[in-house]
Amino acid sequence: MNRLDINKTYKLYIGGKFPRTESGRYYAVKNSKDNLVANMCLASRKDFRNAVVAARKAQSHWANSTALNKGQVLYRIAEMLEGRKEQFIAELIAQGESVKAAKNEVTTSIDRLVYYAGWSDKYQQFFSTVNPVSSMHFNFSNVEPVGVVSIIADETESLLGLISLIAPAIVGGNTVIVLASESKPLAAISLAEVLNSSDVPGGVVNILTGKKNELFSHMASHMDVNSVIYCGDDEKMIKSISELASSNIKRTVFYKKNDWYNEVNESPYLIEKTLELKTTWHPTGI
Amino acid sequence: MKKIENKDIFKATWKYAEAPESTDHINLQKQYDLYIDGKFTKPVKGKYFDTINPSNNKKIASVAEASSEDVDVAVKAARKAFKGWANLSGKDRGKYVFRIARLIQERAREFAVIESLDGGKPIRESRDIDIPLAVNHFFYYAGWADKLEYAFPNRKPKPLGVVGQIIPWNFPLLMAAWKLAPALATGNTIVLKPAESTPLTALKLAEIINDCGLPKGVVNIVTGAGQTGASIVNHPDINKIAFTGSTNVGRYIAKAIAGTDKKVTLELGGKGANIIFEDAAIDQAVEGIVNAIFFNQGHVCCAGSRLFVQESVAALVIRKLKARMKTLIVGNPLDKNTDIGAINSKKQLHAIQNYIKIGLSEGGEIYQPECNLPKEGNWCAPTLFLNVSQSHKIVQEEIFGPVLTVQTFRTISEVIEKANNTPYGLSAGVWTQNGAKIFHLTQKLEAGVVWANTFNKFDATSPFGGYKESGFGREGGLHGLKPYVKFE
Repeated sequence: MNRLDINKTYKLYIGGKFPRTESGRYYAVKNSKDNLVANMCLASRKDFRNAVVAARKAQSHWANSTALNKGQVLYRIAEMLEGRKEQFIAELIAQGESVKAAKNEVTTSIDRLVYYAGWSDKYQQFFSTVNPVSSMHFNFSNVEPVGVVSIIADETESLLGLISLIAPAIVGGNTVIVLASESKPLAAISLAEVLNSSDVPGGVVNILTGKKNELFSHMASHMDVNSVIYCGDDEKMIKSISELASSNIKRTVFYKKNDWYNEVNESPYLIEKTLELKTTWHPTGI
Repeated sequence: MKKIENKDIFKATWKYAEAPESTDHINLQKQYDLYIDGKFTKPVKGKYFDTINPSNNKKIASVAEASSEDVDVAVKAARKAFKGWANLSGKDRGKYVFRIARLIQERAREFAVIESLDGGKPIRESRDIDIPLAVNHFFYYAGWADKLEYAFPNRKPKPLGVVGQIIPWNFPLLMAAWKLAPALATGNTIVLKPAESTPLTALKLAEIINDCGLPKGVVNIVTGAGQTGASIVNHPDINKIAFTGSTNVGRYIAKAIAGTDKKVTLELGGKGANIIFEDAAIDQAVEGIVNAIFFNQGHVCCAGSRLFVQESVAALVIRKLKARMKTLIVGNPLDKNTDIGAINSKKQLHAIQNYIKIGLSEGGEIYQPECNLPKEGNWCAPTLFLNVSQSHKIVQEEIFGPVLTVQTFRTISEVIEKANNTPYGLSAGVWTQNGAKIFHLTQKLEAGVVWANTFNKFDATSPFGGYKESGFGREGGLHGLKPYVKFE
């Protein structure tokens, strides 16, 4: 018996909810045979701004949840993704990847989540110090999240590139607004469904689909965003992001021509990129 | 209870005799050239500017103004020296940096006097804080030079190349040390520009660098104003810019290098909150308030320039603070009794006076103790502004002078919100005898450096730098190495 498929509606993920874009706009994603794969939301500046509000609202609660808890939440994402492996593989294939590549990307992504889940209660000891000052003070430096991070995700590795940026940022206590791969956005929204069922509090990860050209300037210039991460090799866009980011001295991170399978991209140094260091002094003399 | 007249508590019946530090010992030339490629070199365009003693507005020396051509020659020298310096063993690099530390120590008194002459800061501070801390910085990073692989586990750190460093006028030698020491230890070569109003100790440091036999071109010191700085920032063959100064210039730099491969660290402005709880040791807190805002005439990016006092003790703290301010000695920077020296330049004095005017016009209640300010030179009495709120300009903007705004608060959450309600995030202070309150506050305050029951303490081993619009990157400690390396 031939059954008619139920097609999935892909929406945005903001503040733990799945709204359509407020703009009502869409763009079509097609496969190599020019068949429609899905209509994606074409997110607007207003959607981005809403996502920043959600991210800011969620940030201090997420940062203050225990390291152990954050690690378990990340591990839970990996578990949920493992259970829905086949769906993700199918989506990557639908967007043009080979079966082998799609399988590899999904399993590497899951393993990467587990990797960062394990760092959740360890990177602090790695990056923090007790400083032997030459006076009667106890002096230490510890890491804290930078805050709200906007991420313009990798275009080609649409799942692995995404997870390789989201995981270190949120394990560090940040909340993020991600613009998914423009040409391969399916996995990003399906990942949102995984996040939504993995005890990740709403607003910690917000995912938008849309045009880089429309959104990058807002992602770089918004005054309530603390850091902006860009993946890609568009030199003009990189320059523009740096210029706009200077308005509130945002921390900028650029990944040009990055191979997400390379082991250097699985490292606590990626967590450090969205951390601040705080030094505290107290007298010891009485 | 009998009311104690606080104004009399500190009033000494005796007067301090003058105790000026002698200037006989120092060695200054009438004219200074640029230090490029191991030689003192005349500027291409032959231009010089005066560096002025801010306590009497008399010229001390004329100093070369580096044009973009001079900067280019300096960058070329640094580029030429880079390979040899980077490939030198860490041990030998370290030995050179140790030599610098020792040579400054040997000439510490001369450096302290020149720092106070050129910049106006009290000799007590330049002698006990600026110069020893600068020495310690060289000592600290010298020791890192042959141990870098321990600083970045699982990564191979490599130097960046030629580094352009632009430093401010508030701690001239100390800022030069903060910039040079980690850059040298990690194997970079340097073009450093001191501030135009305080170039002398950096030029004296050039003499030391020369004396210690550092390979030529490794450190180049070019003097000049904003235009010279811009030439460094925009030079195509510089790999990294390290800047300490105002947030506006920091923004300019971030914009100017956009689209290039230059790395950058910025240590920018601040508007530090200093929070006094009712359960603080009040007398110590009052000393802390004074140190937080009047240290170095308030020319301190991490100054505690916004005072928050819990309402229940506000009257007491303000009374004691006013009484303490009456005892502060404003005057000759070379006098060992001086607490507050000269304002660094006429330009800065006008900026401060302008903020005081704004504070008055916005309805702030001013308090300044009576001071016998010298007739010549740039002076500003220690100043309080009461009756101000978050919306006042003098509460929001960095004044960079001895001007403190005073606000009160009732609850912990209220003061955290007020303290963090600023685009800056460099420093904060909290005073209470309650341990849990201290850690609650130090966790919640958005600042790179938090002092609890102390203020304005610095150390070579202790990372320093800002959150938010106070910049990024850390100076001091292990973390201070990172801005000067890249990973293979």
